[in-house]
Amino acid sequence: MSDERILSASAALAEALHEEMSRDESIFILGEDLTAHAGIFGQFKGIPEKFPGRIIDTPISESCIAGCGVGSALTGMRPIVDFHFSDFVTCGMDEFCNQAAKIRYMFGGQVKLPMVVWCPDGAGLRAAAQHSQSLESWFVHTPGLKVVVPSEPADVKGLIKSSIRDDDPVMFFQHKRLFAKEGPVPEDPEFMIPLGRAAVKREGEDVSLLTYGSGYFLCMEAAEELGKLGISAEVVDLRSLKPLDMETVAQSVKKTYRAVVVHEACITGGFGAELAARIQDELFDYLDAPVKRVGAKDVPIPFSPVLEDFVLPSVADVVEAARAVTYR
Amino acid sequence: MSEDKKTLLELYRTMVTIRQFESMAAEYFAAGEIPGFIHLSIGQEASSAGVCSVLRKDDYLTTTHRGHGHMIAKGADLNKMVAELFGKKTGYCKGKGGSMHIADFSLGILGANGVVAGGLPIITGAGLSIKLRKTDQVAVCFFGDGASNRGPVHEAMNMASIWKLPVIFVVENNCYASTTPTDYSCSVKDLHKRAAAYDMPGVMVDGNDVLAVRRAAAEAVERARAGEGPTFLENKTYRIRGHFEGDPQKYRDDAEVQQWLDNHDPLMRFEKELTRRKALGKKLKQQIWDEVKAELEAAVAFAEKSPYPEPQEALEDLYANPF
Repeated sequence: MSDERILSASAALAEALHEEMSRDESIFILGEDLTAHAGIFGQFKGIPEKFPGRIIDTPISESCIAGCGVGSALTGMRPIVDFHFSDFVTCGMDEFCNQAAKIRYMFGGQVKLPMVVWCPDGAGLRAAAQHSQSLESWFVHTPGLKVVVPSEPADVKGLIKSSIRDDDPVMFFQHKRLFAKEGPVPEDPEFMIPLGRAAVKREGEDVSLLTYGSGYFLCMEAAEELGKLGISAEVVDLRSLKPLDMETVAQSVKKTYRAVVVHEACITGGFGAELAARIQDELFDYLDAPVKRVGAKDVPIPFSPVLEDFVLPSVADVVEAARAVTYR
Repeated sequence: MSEDKKTLLELYRTMVTIRQFESMAAEYFAAGEIPGFIHLSIGQEASSAGVCSVLRKDDYLTTTHRGHGHMIAKGADLNKMVAELFGKKTGYCKGKGGSMHIADFSLGILGANGVVAGGLPIITGAGLSIKLRKTDQVAVCFFGDGASNRGPVHEAMNMASIWKLPVIFVVENNCYASTTPTDYSCSVKDLHKRAAAYDMPGVMVDGNDVLAVRRAAAEAVERARAGEGPTFLENKTYRIRGHFEGDPQKYRDDAEVQQWLDNHDPLMRFEKELTRRKALGKKLKQQIWDEVKAELEAAVAFAEKSPYPEPQEALEDLYANPF
């Protein structure tokens, strides 16, 4: 671990894409504004030069961009569809949810649909309601899709590679505010994280903080704060929501007897609701408190910094929830 | 372009197969053997047969909720089609798709679609895939006058045009989108005129003249294979049956339907042409109709004898990499 190199999340993504695209000629990337600045976050650095013709700028045509992902995935290619801002998934919902999610099933298993939809998401940049959302739970609710939400750079790299090699459509959400965030990333070009494998990133005894994406960083900070209060928090980074590693969740809850689900997405109908339902269903006898959820308040993300900061979940919210379930 | 007798009779046989298939489906639907809904293409046989007659097996095709004719014309297996309509395990989709969601990827049929215009972005993707893989395949999508007003059509036509994709857009203007006449819903009556807005050739075709359809399609396919980009064909036709079987059809007169059947039936028109060319006598015609009837009866028998899927099978085929 000590000699691991440190990369930003966007550098980790770029490295993964270079490796995969060198390995497999059927992989290509399409989306808006990809080549001039190598992506709006520079996430495709070096790719236009190294793989000419395999990173394609499209017109602003989300339905058709998504549809091109579907059609090319059905005819021998492995597309990575860059959707620019996750908020725009609404413009491709038919293609994602009525087509990509259902094609293999409706046609009786005749085909695979190896498409990755890569969506920068999340709030905190004062980009307001239509450029700040976390919409992963819509796709968890759609049978036929897989949903991946990495947190740290190593997770970005390991999970994007697995998502690309997966033969099913994967919705991959990567937080905009975390692009520049740095972290250790293994050197091994075959380093991959399987979908459906959560990680216990901080061990604890008193409460399980179950989280993903930007929520992970809130939980790690909260765990420090809780430690000062004598509460030992375990942080489980789910990493993929579908498939979900319920076994790791169960192991944690069986140890701590208390669970808090933390995500940036708004509370009602968020992934926390699904996970809380499963925990009380499958682990009821282990629980010493109700399962609590921490998420954004149920409003569109507002613009003015004071408003946005109020709406988004904070470290203090996580601490408060952990204290509530530990009755401390 | 001239057609030899073999080609002419193949075209005719395809049209007869579609006509009989759809008639059979109407009958078995009325008898309660086909669950759900079916949307028949009686009266539109020339459009399917003419276009598909110039396609290769490895060319791609997407179709619609009214897709039986396109599938048959592309070479679909009748047994598997009927079994799928009946919901049997031996159907194309193991009973999971039904009429609106049949596909045969071995024939390049990327699926029928229950979402109006759903096939256009997908076929554009197939066209992009062809270009990236540098093959000379082409990608054809069928859609209706109703579909032509949806946003994804605009996106697909623009994208196919800027990238010169080998896509052929075939709108079958059958005068009605469910209950809504084309005259009401379309800002231009001749849909092929929209093609100009995308710098693409737009061709108006008598969609009930199978040879006219074939020739227009052949030109479009040649352009596409030569890398010259997409073409938009408007096959003007008419929907003889209701939007769905059981449609009360209060939005049109029986007289209008009868007029089309009496004067513009694509089968009748082609029979006249074949007779004029001395390619089809009474005896041969009867033989073809009898042979097709026998094939369909065998397909129905196959479907009737086939088992339904086990209920648990509903949980299979969701993911290529299950977990």
